[in-house]
Amino acid sequence: MKKIFHQKNALRHKYAPVLNAPYLAWCVIFILIPLAMVAYYAFTDAGGHWSLSVFRELLGTRPARISLAKVFGNSMLYALAATVICLLLGYPLSYIMARSGIRAQRSLMMLLMVPMWMNFLICTYSWITILSNNGVINSFLGLLGLPALKLLNTPGAVVLGMVYNYLPYMILPIYTVIAKLSPSLREAAQDLGATGWSVLRKVTLPLSLPGVASGITMVFVPSVSTFYISQKLGGSKTQLIGDAIELQFLTFNRINTGAAMSLILMLIILLSMMVMKRFSDGEEGAFIA
Amino acid sequence: MKASRRSKAFRVGYTALILLFLYAPMAVMLFFSFNESRSTAQFTGFSLHWYAELFRNSAAQNALKNTLLLALSAAAVSVVVGTLSAVGIDRTRRKWLKSSILSVTNLPLMNPDIVTGISMMLLFVFAARLIGARTMLGFPTLLIAHVTFCLPYVILSVLPKLRQIDPHLAEAAMDLGCSQAQAFFRVELPSIASGVVSAFLMAFTLSLDDFVISYFVSGTGFQTLPIYIYSMTKKRVTPDMYALSTLIFIAVFLLLLLSNLVQARSEKKMRGARN
Repeated sequence: MKKIFHQKNALRHKYAPVLNAPYLAWCVIFILIPLAMVAYYAFTDAGGHWSLSVFRELLGTRPARISLAKVFGNSMLYALAATVICLLLGYPLSYIMARSGIRAQRSLMMLLMVPMWMNFLICTYSWITILSNNGVINSFLGLLGLPALKLLNTPGAVVLGMVYNYLPYMILPIYTVIAKLSPSLREAAQDLGATGWSVLRKVTLPLSLPGVASGITMVFVPSVSTFYISQKLGGSKTQLIGDAIELQFLTFNRINTGAAMSLILMLIILLSMMVMKRFSDGEEGAFIA
Repeated sequence: MKASRRSKAFRVGYTALILLFLYAPMAVMLFFSFNESRSTAQFTGFSLHWYAELFRNSAAQNALKNTLLLALSAAAVSVVVGTLSAVGIDRTRRKWLKSSILSVTNLPLMNPDIVTGISMMLLFVFAARLIGARTMLGFPTLLIAHVTFCLPYVILSVLPKLRQIDPHLAEAAMDLGCSQAQAFFRVELPSIASGVVSAFLMAFTLSLDDFVISYFVSGTGFQTLPIYIYSMTKKRVTPDMYALSTLIFIAVFLLLLLSNLVQARSEKKMRGARN
């Protein structure tokens, strides 16, 4: 009997390599080789010889054409600010959502999905209409007799654009985790004498950390690598790493410099993911979309 | 009692404020799409002029057609390849092989889009040089790129469904005379169908919405809607782009509303059946 079972099992597993082969080939050709090419260009010069000259130029002290440290610093700063703001704005909403009735939950979910499905380019563009010197906000201030504010082409506008575009990606994973928490956990805490506030602080908050972690990555990664938001809302003064990479590849045609920058960006993101992973160990990707 | 009413007011107010923030740009687009003049800043009077303009705009319509064609093909290819590989991964016994396949699958999910786009562009430029073509960027490269970023989502949505099914079912089918393939198509595929369908929808919407990766691998011949919109926002945007987004907004809203209603109804029916 056991032998027959083993044979059948073996038959089931026999075709695994055949089924895996096309996908593995796809992964190697279209994921691994392209990434290896990025690394190759980063470590060669324009003539195709192995060299660290690109990194030396980017990180070196001699007056580089691109002040890379500033560009990277700005990107990290803006993306961190956007992530923190998304967390502060998003967590309460996720909590409110998870504790509403089932119909309210479903409607709110839908209302959060609609902006995610909209084209982010045109939504970002229409913030120009809202923020510009004669835009919606400043016309409103004018009506109240207040002086106009310079809102567009400021760092604040770039962070606002990031928060606007990625806020739903913070809310949904946190909401998913809180909604799955068993109500008996809260009840138990209340029975043991915890007040509403300390239930939130000592029970709900720690248990929702995996959702928070995936929310943070889902906001931070696209924010730190964006180039459209900063182009449109930040003006020509604010250059982020995404802008710099796009410029190197598509305008200057300096592949090696662009590849080196991409490699550094990848390393930064991998490092931040590893840090995040320590918080979310065990619970993998509470929400993937 | 009073405190709970106050907290309810706070909850409703807070939710409303966040939604106001998320919908502000859409309200602005809706409003200015009816503008009479070319401006997207000064409202001069109501008109449907820009909607008429949009329906005469063949570049926009062409871009829409391209986007739908690409999204359908990318979703179809990635669902077929992805489902087969999910089955393969599920049946792989060697632990190290399984975990390394899954790590490679996760790579495009972790990489920022701009790096994925650039790395694929480098590959396609290199391949074009190899075969001596001036460029190979166009529909085929877009399709390859879209399938590549859709595959992880397909695999990660089908794999859990495969883990849920009882392996003895397929064995029973084979005992009763089914071949491997028959057992898969008649027994296993129906039980993972919901995962396959949601994977298709996810791949379709991801492809529909993608800008960053497409931007680097599209070339000039084949324009998708996001790339068309990008080229429009490089210049001064005229209200016909706002009219286009308003129509997209209405379509998205109706689609989500419909799926919401269908879901609510099926849940009600299930509850009714249980009682």
